[in-house]
Amino acid sequence: MNTNLKPVIAGFIPLLDSAVIVAAAELGFAEREGIALKLIRETSWANIRDRISVGHFDVAHMLAPMPIAASLNLTSLAVPMLAPMLLGLGGNAITVSNALWADMAAAGADPEGDPASTGAALARVIASRQKSGLPMLHFGVVHPFSGHAYELRYWLAAAGIDPDQDVEITVLAPQVMADALAEGQLDGYCVGEPWNTAAVEAGTGRIATYKQAIWPDSPEKVLGVTRKWADANPDTLAALMRAFSAAANWCADPKNNVELAGVLARPDLLACPAEICLAALSGRIRLDQASVKDVPDFLTFSGGIKAAPMPVYGKWFYEQMVRWGQVQPSKEAEQEVEKVFSPTVYLEAMGLSGVATDATIEMFDDARS
Amino acid sequence: MAGYDLVVATQHFCCIKISPAHNGGMSGGLSILVIDDNKIRASIIEQGLHDAGHDKVIVVHQMEGLVRQISDINPDVIVIDLENPNRDQLEHMFQVSRAVRRPIAMFVDKSDSHSIEAAVDAGVSAYIVDGLKRERVKPILDMAISRFRAFSRLTEELEEVRSELADRKTIDRAKGILMKSKGLSEQEAYDLLRRTAMNQSRKIIDVAQSLVIASGLLGD
Repeated sequence: MNTNLKPVIAGFIPLLDSAVIVAAAELGFAEREGIALKLIRETSWANIRDRISVGHFDVAHMLAPMPIAASLNLTSLAVPMLAPMLLGLGGNAITVSNALWADMAAAGADPEGDPASTGAALARVIASRQKSGLPMLHFGVVHPFSGHAYELRYWLAAAGIDPDQDVEITVLAPQVMADALAEGQLDGYCVGEPWNTAAVEAGTGRIATYKQAIWPDSPEKVLGVTRKWADANPDTLAALMRAFSAAANWCADPKNNVELAGVLARPDLLACPAEICLAALSGRIRLDQASVKDVPDFLTFSGGIKAAPMPVYGKWFYEQMVRWGQVQPSKEAEQEVEKVFSPTVYLEAMGLSGVATDATIEMFDDARS
Repeated sequence: MAGYDLVVATQHFCCIKISPAHNGGMSGGLSILVIDDNKIRASIIEQGLHDAGHDKVIVVHQMEGLVRQISDINPDVIVIDLENPNRDQLEHMFQVSRAVRRPIAMFVDKSDSHSIEAAVDAGVSAYIVDGLKRERVKPILDMAISRFRAFSRLTEELEEVRSELADRKTIDRAKGILMKSKGLSEQEAYDLLRRTAMNQSRKIIDVAQSLVIASGLLGD
């Protein structure tokens, strides 16, 4: 049988949406495609970036905007990269402290987490705080080039809040967000699961809105590869994506939720209670300790066409980079971004060539692209 | 913050000790901040930097309040271990914080890929105030790299993974040889390898290696 497994080393951050990579390595999907997949857990996105850049990792679990930032030379150790496959859609939420939520609720925030309503309520709270001379609110995100940063900023700006003037946004590691909220260092944060549920469970935070409501079915993590590795190992990359596709389909099946939560919770992986992984996997989100909301596509894994990167997704992230002053706009940069998020390699590996790739983006405030 | 030559915080930043400069002639020296929660390693690096004539070395083990402290200390060079989960936070601060007065970039020189690789291999990263001359900073980085190497989790971990993958390949090849030459199933081939190893008190990988070599000699 597999007398000649091809070794692939993958770096990952212990988050719920590392599920596809974890399942591929732990449940035999990689081996079935002829790959010996070894996982190395990392402690920061900076480490993921550095170690894939110097070749410690062949591939990595990455924030969707990271391969773009690297390809546009916006970060340290930048090398041209590709995001040939999406590893998860959705999965993030914006959690606020109990005190801030009490003010937002009094200002009319929708308890179901509608982003337009909760954003408008936050704008009223901020306006009244400014009038009373109260200190600026502090929000946390996990990385400057992240879906989290762009979702939070989009939500704030849509409500007329200037993310650079009216609030302060800082970067913190995901696993310390809930503690920072409890200690009052943060008033809110945007992070992936299970770190929103962690604050709700601890009784220190309340989910105000979530990624699936802000930009439905939007890419969150991607498979990141350097262009150099992709060019040198086309067959391995294709086999790896087929393995990830099979693993993603397994992760997407609700009857595997409990087993998946059990694997992810292991001390060498997420090292957290299995129960807090289940909320996002099952789409039963506890917005606060009293109310559960069913958000069926809160976090989506897909091994089909939904996992294909699309140039329009890459362009959305790029437009946010331009909007918030992270990059100077240029035609060349835009073309580069389309290359990073090209679906071709994935579609060819999956035998889906010819499938339509004209996805459109519809934001909660009716903006389209 | 002029005047200190050595600041060491072993527990909290409230314990920062500022001692007066005893060598006015070193006023042009670089101030170096070492962020490492491994106290033994940090003190070894600190000693190395002192031995190399750097007298403005600040060692911190705790991240609490670090952002404010960095703006007070205003270091020329920051050395940080890669296991620190706060690297994303620090990098963001270097980019946007109004508190940090001077732009800070990673490593000395982007084109020096050898140094960069050596640093990541050793498990250390360095941030340097833009505009500093390469020859002033390079020895500091080299020192940090060599001292970190002894403690490197990363290299060991990677070697482990690589040798494990190589072992697996060898065992797969040995199985293949047995399957072909003796007409065994994969499971039977593996069982035979394991039994042989047990009977000879050897590891499976050693038996597999011998078999692969022997088979090569016999012109399989």
